[in-house]
Amino acid sequence: MTWDSASLAARVLHVAGQDLGGMWLRARPSPARDTLLAALPSGIRVHPAISDEALLGGPDIAATLAAGRLVTRPGLLETHAVLTLSMADRCTPGLAARLGRALDAGGKTLIAVDEGEDDATPPTALTERLGLFVTLDGVCLSDLSPISPVDEKVHDLYAKAILPDPVRDAIVAASVGLGIVSFRGPLAACCCARAIAAVDGRDCVTEADAAAACQLTLAHRATTLPEDEAPENQPPPDPPPDQQSQDSGTEGTERLVEATRMALPRGLLASLVAARSKGATQGTAGARKMGGPRGRPLPPRPGRPSAGRIDLFATLRATAPWQTIRRASHHNDPRPVLIEPADLHLKRHDTRTERLIIFVVDASGSSAMARMSEAKGAIESLLSQAYASRDHVALISFKGDGAAVTVPPTRSLVQAKRRLAGLTGGGGTPLAAALVEASHLTEAARRKGQTPTLVLLTDGRANIALDKTANRARAAADAEQVARKLRQAGVPTLVINTGTRPSPTLRPLASLLGGTYLALPYGAQDRLRAELT
Amino acid sequence: MTPFPFTAIVGQDQMKQAMILTAIDPSIGGVLVMGDRGTGKSTAVRALAGLLPKIRAVEGCPVNSPRLRDVPEWVDTAGTRVVQRATPVIDLPLGAAEDRVTGALDIERALTKGEKAFQPGLLAQANRGYLYVDEVNLLEDHIVDLLLDVAQSGENVVEREGLSIRHPARFVLVGSGNPEEGELRPQLLDRFGLMVDVASPTDVETRIEVIRRRDAFEANRAAFLRRWKPFEDSQRRAILDARKHLAGVETTDDTLRDCAELCIALGSDGLRGELTLLKAARAQAAYEGATRIGRDHLRQIAAMALQHRLRRDPMDDAGSAIRIHRLLDEVFGPLADAAE
Repeated sequence: MTWDSASLAARVLHVAGQDLGGMWLRARPSPARDTLLAALPSGIRVHPAISDEALLGGPDIAATLAAGRLVTRPGLLETHAVLTLSMADRCTPGLAARLGRALDAGGKTLIAVDEGEDDATPPTALTERLGLFVTLDGVCLSDLSPISPVDEKVHDLYAKAILPDPVRDAIVAASVGLGIVSFRGPLAACCCARAIAAVDGRDCVTEADAAAACQLTLAHRATTLPEDEAPENQPPPDPPPDQQSQDSGTEGTERLVEATRMALPRGLLASLVAARSKGATQGTAGARKMGGPRGRPLPPRPGRPSAGRIDLFATLRATAPWQTIRRASHHNDPRPVLIEPADLHLKRHDTRTERLIIFVVDASGSSAMARMSEAKGAIESLLSQAYASRDHVALISFKGDGAAVTVPPTRSLVQAKRRLAGLTGGGGTPLAAALVEASHLTEAARRKGQTPTLVLLTDGRANIALDKTANRARAAADAEQVARKLRQAGVPTLVINTGTRPSPTLRPLASLLGGTYLALPYGAQDRLRAELT
Repeated sequence: MTPFPFTAIVGQDQMKQAMILTAIDPSIGGVLVMGDRGTGKSTAVRALAGLLPKIRAVEGCPVNSPRLRDVPEWVDTAGTRVVQRATPVIDLPLGAAEDRVTGALDIERALTKGEKAFQPGLLAQANRGYLYVDEVNLLEDHIVDLLLDVAQSGENVVEREGLSIRHPARFVLVGSGNPEEGELRPQLLDRFGLMVDVASPTDVETRIEVIRRRDAFEANRAAFLRRWKPFEDSQRRAILDARKHLAGVETTDDTLRDCAELCIALGSDGLRGELTLLKAARAQAAYEGATRIGRDHLRQIAAMALQHRLRRDPMDDAGSAIRIHRLLDEVFGPLADAAE
C-alpha cells in the first residue's frame, strides 16, 4: 500500500469513522506508523488485557464509600468515541465480542493496531467490523508527507454525497467477485467511497472514488482473487464468474476488482487466509483455561475457600456495602469489619492447559500388530516424559465393524501397557467410526479443559461405513464428512501412513483434517516421537 | 437507535420464520441463529423488537407483571395502573457480571439508608419478553449455568445472604453466534427451541438489493421507516391473528404419531424435540390460518426444530438439515410436488 492511500485512509477516517467502525492498521513500529497514527482521530489507548470494569464501567467503590451514595465510574467505551487498540493481534475473542458489540451499537471508532507479524491477526469478529485496512509494507521514509487535516466543508459534503446506482452495484459485484461473504465489506466500501468523494471536494461518487474505496475496504476481506488461482485450502467462491456478466456494471466491476488486487501486496492474502483458516485451531502448547492456580489473573468470583484461594481485596469490596446494614443488626459485634461467608471471593487465573494426545490406530488386516507395536512404542516414550510436558495419552483402536477406546485418557504408563497388551487385530477398516470416537474423546477432553491432539496411524482406505455395512464409497464419504467436522472443531492432527508402500489415498484425508501428513514405514518410532514433541 | 425494519430484511426466510413462530407462541422456547459474520443476525433480532406487539404490564413493575396481584412483594416501585408497553428485548452483554444478570443488593440504598433492597437484573427486565445473547458461544460458563437454570424453571431465585428473592423470569432466549468461535454446550443447545443456520446470499442481484435497502435506510431513516410501515403493520397483524388462532388449531393423533416417528427415526434425545416440533408446527398452522396441523407444516419446521437435537455425532452440522429432509421423505413419503 502506498503512503498516498494510507493518508487518504486517515482523512476518510476523520470524515466517516463512526460509519466505518474504524481502521485495522497492520504495521510494524516505524516512523511511517507513528506519522499515520498521529494523523488519525485521537482517542484513548487501550490494550488487549483491559478489564471489563475499565472498558464497560462499574461501581467505583472508593468514591462510593467517600460520598455515601453509589458512584459509578463509566467505562472507556462510554466516555470515549475513539479508541486505539494496541497489540490488537493479542486481543481475545471475548474482548473482540465486547468491542464488536459497541461498534454495532454505533457512534464508535476503533483503531486496531497490530504488529504486522506474519500469522498473528486480530480476531475476525473485530477486523470484520473495521471498515478500513491499511498496511504500511513498502512505505519508506522518503515517501512520508504530512497529512493535511480535513475541514468542516468535507463533513457537509460527506453527509450529502450521492452514490450513483451503477457504482454501488459495481461495488457489490466486486465484493462478490472477491469472495467476500459478509455484507459489511460492500457497506463499508459504499460509505468509504462517499467519504473519498467528499475529501476530494465533490458531492458525487465517481468510479475512481469507488476503486480507491475498494482498495481500502475490500482488499483484506478478499478470500479469492479472480486472476490468481485460489489458495488450495480455500473453497472456490460460490458465484461463478458468468453470473456477474448479467450485471450492468461488469466493466466497472472488473476495474474495481483489479484496483483491489493492486492494493494487496504479494503474500499478504496468503498469510491472511492462513491465519483465518487456522481459526479456532490451537497450537500444541495447550489451550487457555480458567480457574487454575497459576497464570494471568482474571476477575474474582464468589466461592467457598475450599475451591480456591481467597482474594482478600475482592472480598473486602463485596463486604463494604453491607457494613451499615450488618452493623444495625449486630450492635455489639466487636469485629471492625463484619464479613460473612457469602462475601468470600476467590482468585481466578488464566493458564495453559494440559495436552491430550489421542492415538487412533488401525487394528485391521494383517499388519495390525506391527502398527500396534509402533503406537505402543510411541505411547510409552511419550508417557515416560509426560510429567515434564504435562501430556495425557489415549488410544482408540478400530477394526472389524467398529472402534473402541482401548486406552482412556491417562498419564499412567502401567495402565496403558496393561490395556494395550490384550489387543487383537483383523477385519475391515471402519475409519469413520474411529473418527467419530475420536471426536467424542476430543470433545470430552475440551470440556475437561485439556487440549486434544490427534494422531492417526493407518495404512489403508476406509471400507466400512458408519452404519457398519461394507461399502467402500459410502465409507469414504462418511470418513470425509467426519473429518471435515473434526477440522471445524480445530483439532490439530497428524496422519501417519504406516504402509510399507505408502498409498497416496491418505494425503487427501490429511488435508481434509487440516493436519500434517507423514509416511512412516515401520521402525521409525523416534521420528514419530520427534514429530509430536 | 431505530432498528432496521424486520420486513425489509432481504431473504433469510428461515431465520425470519423462526422468529415469527416464537413471537406467535413464546413457549416454543427461543431461537438460535448460527452463521457467518455480517449476514444480518443481530439486525434481525433488533428488528424483531420493533415488530413485536405491545404487552400490558403494571406501570413501573421491574418484572413486567401483567396484573396487580402478580407483582412480587419485594417490588416497591410499581404503580397501580396497567399500561401498554413494548415487549422487552433485553441484550445480555458478554461481560455482564452475575449480579447484573440475576439482580443483587441495591448498593445505593444499602449504603445510604442501610436498607436491604433488591435491585432487579436483566432476567427481571426480560420477563415476558426476549433475552438476546450475541456471540452466545463465548458466554462464560457460570452465566450459561445460570441461564439454563432460570430458563428451565421460569423463575429467578436469588438466595444470597440477607436476600431471598424470587420472581418470574419467562423469556424467549435468542442467541446468535458464529460456529467458528466454538461449540455450544449440548445442554444450552437443547434449551433453544429452534435453530437456524444463516448464510450470506451469493447471487449478485440479491446482494445489491440488500445494500440498496441498507443504503436507503442509512441515508434517510424516517422516510425508509415510513415506506416500510405498512409491511410492518401487516406483519404485526398476522402475528396477532395467529396468536388468536393458535388455541383453535386441532392436533390429530396422526400428527402426534408423525412427530413421534420423526423423532424416533432421528434418534433425538428426550421429548423436548417432539414437543417443540408440535408447538412450532401448530404456530406455523395458525400463521397460515389452517385449522389443523398438516404434514406440510411439519415439513416446513422439522429442520429448525430438530437439527440441533440430533445425537451428538460428528455428522451433525455437516448436513443435519439435509439428513432431516431425507428422513422426512422416508417417514412421510416423498413430497408430491417436489417443486415446492
